[in-house]
Amino acid sequence: MKIVLKNVKLLNPEQKLNQSGDMLVTDGVIKKIGSLTSEDLKNARVFELNNKYVVPGLFDMHVHLREPGREDEETIITGSSSAASGGFTGLACMPNTNPAIDSAELVSFIKEKAKNHLVDVYPVGAVTMERKGEALSPMAELNDAGVVAFSDDGDAVKDAKILRLAFEYASMYNLPIMEHCEDESLKGGAMNEGVTSTFLGLPPMPSIAEDLTVMRDIMMAEYTGGKIHITHISTKNAIEMVRQAKKRGIRITSDVTPHHFSLTEEALKTYDTNTKMNPPLRTRADVDAVLEGLKDGTIDAIASDHAPHSIEEKEMEFIYAPNGIVGLETELGLALSELVNKKVLTLEELIKKLAINPRRILNLPVPKIAEGEIANLTIIDPELIWTVDVKAFRSKSKNSPFDKRLLTGKALGVINKGKMFFEDKFFAI
Amino acid sequence: MPLSSRHLLGLQGVPKEDIQLILDTAVTFREVLERPIKKVPTLQGKTVVNLFFENSTRTRISFELAQKRLSADTVNFSTSTSSTKKGETFKDTVKNIEAMKVDMIVVRHQSAGVPQFLTRISDANIINAGDGAHEHPTQALLDMYSIREKFGHLEGLRVCIVGDIAHSRVALSNIFGLKAMGAEVSLCGPLTMIPRDIEKLGVKVIHDIDQAIRENDVLNVLRIQLERQAGGLFPSLREYHNYFGITSERLEKNGKEDIVILHPGPINRGVEISSEVADGPYQIILDQVTNGVAVRMAVLYLLGTLNKADGR
Repeated sequence: MKIVLKNVKLLNPEQKLNQSGDMLVTDGVIKKIGSLTSEDLKNARVFELNNKYVVPGLFDMHVHLREPGREDEETIITGSSSAASGGFTGLACMPNTNPAIDSAELVSFIKEKAKNHLVDVYPVGAVTMERKGEALSPMAELNDAGVVAFSDDGDAVKDAKILRLAFEYASMYNLPIMEHCEDESLKGGAMNEGVTSTFLGLPPMPSIAEDLTVMRDIMMAEYTGGKIHITHISTKNAIEMVRQAKKRGIRITSDVTPHHFSLTEEALKTYDTNTKMNPPLRTRADVDAVLEGLKDGTIDAIASDHAPHSIEEKEMEFIYAPNGIVGLETELGLALSELVNKKVLTLEELIKKLAINPRRILNLPVPKIAEGEIANLTIIDPELIWTVDVKAFRSKSKNSPFDKRLLTGKALGVINKGKMFFEDKFFAI
Repeated sequence: MPLSSRHLLGLQGVPKEDIQLILDTAVTFREVLERPIKKVPTLQGKTVVNLFFENSTRTRISFELAQKRLSADTVNFSTSTSSTKKGETFKDTVKNIEAMKVDMIVVRHQSAGVPQFLTRISDANIINAGDGAHEHPTQALLDMYSIREKFGHLEGLRVCIVGDIAHSRVALSNIFGLKAMGAEVSLCGPLTMIPRDIEKLGVKVIHDIDQAIRENDVLNVLRIQLERQAGGLFPSLREYHNYFGITSERLEKNGKEDIVILHPGPINRGVEISSEVADGPYQIILDQVTNGVAVRMAVLYLLGTLNKADGR
């Protein structure tokens, strides 16, 4: 099968590629780039793309697929389709499923379910058995089964001694520990602590809970020589600590969610439970620090923390509603609107944070845009103005605070593993 | 002039004129309460539901009496179990009750924001009877009514709220209401019980109870919930009483035997307040309870007779 992407701008900062032209893809492999002959076009399905961008397939390193355990909220297949619809060709899924991903069998189960989908799914293994923070998971076996990192996401690794052992053990396989940084004894609460939480009478979550754990983890990574990845970083102090740690040569990386660069705690004033997350939405000063961190490279990646929840669970009284929002299908639009259009990042810098760095952190190969390479691509229109409609999401869940928001920029489609998603349809190419 | 809103969710942002109107209306109803027949036909034909998701005897009884004295039909729904634990969601519970055609809902809930949530899923007038540690507007209104009754005015008075501010729904409503009426508000309590950044609401924070007594005309003494000690917020009830308790020796020592004392109840005698003070000449604790019925009648009346077109 042959397809032609006509009149595209090929962009891959990793290869220093920035050129216009056409692309011929045959049986999922990039056959030719440049001007195509009539022979190339023969029997090909041609997509006229009018100078839209073609970049390496985007990758989201923090996704909750909910399977096994909460298939009513998301499955491996619906979550993967949500990713494709949002412009992603790969994702890492978090181990806080039920049961948790703490065995090679579960890793194989997930990979098996995901194998025929366009989107590559890479499980993250639990650091500890059942994510309880007490005993290390079988990290070597999990590594053999194909996990790309370890995390007890939802919680930090509670115990400093276990954390030390985890760093040392994971170092043998060069895998990072992805930490959800929140001090156990300061846990609880429904929103960021400050004048707004006082105003709203909601139980507060202090930012120091994140800062303390980031500080502990940095020290422990330095001491053990392990690799630490701070996921969904959200506070000004945490970002500054990561910045300094990088200067000291510690093996540290970080990611931020789109909601932590596009919303502040002010959004909670309506008591909409779709604004309830963990880490909570923070202050303007924190959001400014996030933007600065994205700019200077302290924050390496953007990841959604895609957290599907059922309608009945989110339509609950605020303090009882679960944390988190679906993010895969608004992630690129928010990043283009809030970062590229507002000149925080260039499009090349954004592609690094959405396609290249996440794979680097997880030791995965970065797709190349070159003849002979497998086509793993995202087609982006950075200028398309569209309105978010949760009802149109491919995700099984609709819990987003961005419903009806006007965004500028969207993925038009993705290509991977001989499959394409375009105009809301999956098909073989 | 009608109220500017068809709900009473809190006192934050409520204009002075609305508060004034409620307090003035309450004066009329206060007079009704002294009559042999304490009933007026004002809300005849209106149905009010008291939705109490948290135990509260006195607030519910006060509201219920207020409704009965206005001749409204009242129904009570009380449960202390969270809807997450039983089969039905909060939303379904409310939708079911609304389907029985009710005009007003009085709601008490552990979670802040529930009254706001109700305005989105119900057409009834919503009255907040306490949501989490957020607001309890009718309590603050009856506090203000009682203070005004004592002093004849609110403007320029210095009022200190003493105790566990962080877990109080009374404190926030008092701060918003009293400030709107031109009073000065300060807070006094252990710093573990004072929310971060609360000074930004324009209140002074004191941790010396003697200073609080010296500097104020009124003390609104909050109940210390005994479980807070278990949470480590203060070391012991004895220490709390010795450092923050209101006693007659302490009032005398500061030359303020005549400071006006309020307490929203229920009182922990010997903890936040000594029996001598709680029963003393300058407390207006039981006046608060009586005034509470009148103030709630005023709120129910003003909201219940508001045209749908008035107020948003």
